[in-house]
Amino acid sequence: MRARGHNERLVVRDIAHARAGDKGNTSNVSVWVYDPEDFELLKRSVTAERIKREFPHLVRGEVTRYVIEHLHGLNLVMCEALEGGVNASLNLDSHGKSWSYLILGLALDTGEKRA
Amino acid sequence: MAKGNGTFRIGTGAGFSADRLDPAVDLARRGRLHVMVLECLGERTVAFAHRDRMADPRRGYNALLERRMRALLPVCMKAGTVIITNMGAANPRAATERTRDIARELGIAGVKIACIEGDDVSGLVPRSQPFMDEEGVLADIGRPIVGMNAYLGADAIIPALEAGANVVIGGRLADPSMYLAPMMRHYGWQNSDLAKLGAGTLVGHLMECGMQITGGYFADPGLKDVPDLAHCGYPIAEVAADGSAVITKLPGSGGRVNEATVKEQLLYEVHDPAAYLTPDITADFSQVKLNDLGNDRVAVSDADGRTRPERLKVTIGFDAGVLAEAGVSYAGPSAGARGLLAAQIVEARLKEAHGIKSPVRIDLIGANSLFATAGKEGADSEDVRLHVALRTADRGEAELMLWEVESLLCCGPAGGGGFRGSITPAVETKSVLVERGLVKPTCEIFVT
Repeated sequence: MRARGHNERLVVRDIAHARAGDKGNTSNVSVWVYDPEDFELLKRSVTAERIKREFPHLVRGEVTRYVIEHLHGLNLVMCEALEGGVNASLNLDSHGKSWSYLILGLALDTGEKRA
Repeated sequence: MAKGNGTFRIGTGAGFSADRLDPAVDLARRGRLHVMVLECLGERTVAFAHRDRMADPRRGYNALLERRMRALLPVCMKAGTVIITNMGAANPRAATERTRDIARELGIAGVKIACIEGDDVSGLVPRSQPFMDEEGVLADIGRPIVGMNAYLGADAIIPALEAGANVVIGGRLADPSMYLAPMMRHYGWQNSDLAKLGAGTLVGHLMECGMQITGGYFADPGLKDVPDLAHCGYPIAEVAADGSAVITKLPGSGGRVNEATVKEQLLYEVHDPAAYLTPDITADFSQVKLNDLGNDRVAVSDADGRTRPERLKVTIGFDAGVLAEAGVSYAGPSAGARGLLAAQIVEARLKEAHGIKSPVRIDLIGANSLFATAGKEGADSEDVRLHVALRTADRGEAELMLWEVESLLCCGPAGGGGFRGSITPAVETKSVLVERGLVKPTCEIFVT
């Protein structure tokens, strides 16, 4: 894990990298930790339930999380998550290419109480 | 010519319709490739190509085909590199004829160009056909259908290679199949060699987006740096007889190939890693092994495969009116507040003064746009741009919207500038699954 200043919030981007892809109205984001030691933290922090909870208006369908244990990665498949998909969305980013950074911006569940 | 170290060398010369050309020429020249694949078709690209063909029966293929062929044909013919591409889009025959004419103009004799057709299944799919992943049937579309293309697999491409084609041009050839077909032909893999087909499909999948595996779509300054992206190299796969491969790029080219770039591409547009469906195979990427060998070389192995899907995917493109976009910018102190006021004015005017009911979206770029629906709060910004987007079947409505946004220059908040507006035709796509027997690929060879 990268060093952070005392009061800085730790986010997924501090321990992992990610890429987003689209098919129709389904977005998938794969997330990979840099250091295998952080994989448990990633799995604890980025769950299907949490994605639904964090982005209720964007992610309207089911979320499935595939775990690629030996490569230390997750694949998040988010249905009805592209505002209609590339053909129908009015979002400037109609492919949801930037959705990887939605995931990378999530706070990590480090178990510490925050004020 | 000698290709070196006994492996089968495939390079990518384009990973999407608008991809760069100069690195493809460099790769063709220095890559010692058996095959160069140019993957240039997306679901929407093919629908747009159908529109082009309707407007002019000599068009409907990739707009960069002529430039690409003019630059690559001489180099690839000299190097003994076979070109495989889906740049034919909605009109493979016109693309093939154009390529033949270019070869003749360049004075290259004896070029065999294969034209693969049969992916266009317009008129063959019953109106009662249900959609693949949503409610409804074909008849429900209710708008003019512009094209229907089935994904063709390696079995549609192999006959062209067996006929000795130097160039293979098709329409909706499935992306990984363009890589798998020459591997099957070179190593004599059969449809029953499921693990090898899975391995070859993995290589195709990793390669098909071009620089997305050599450092493109990857850089995050300070954290994931990539050297010299301005001169990024296209990828090369050195494929062994069992389908395992090393992914690399040309020495001296920009970019980077490492475990991280390969991982990100491994699951790009993949849902279940154990079931990646193509016309050739149900590929299993869930146990793939990666070995970073250093020096921009990553070994990939242990993909697997199960029986191919019974049915083929067909993409249906249909007319979706236009997408209209317009914007005005605000900068300096209170830019956010003025942008917000502009948004409120436009929203009211479009509804009240013009009665527009089509879907409209208003964003403040610089404050909150891409993540607006995700519920992210916008940051304070001293440089915001009002962005209004509208989808409509009525061009008149689109023109009204542009007019209304432009009127903000005089009638809106203080200091608004930089109006731009555009109206572009839109297509929508849906997918269905059809029986394989419905799709009959053909191969015709043209010679210069």
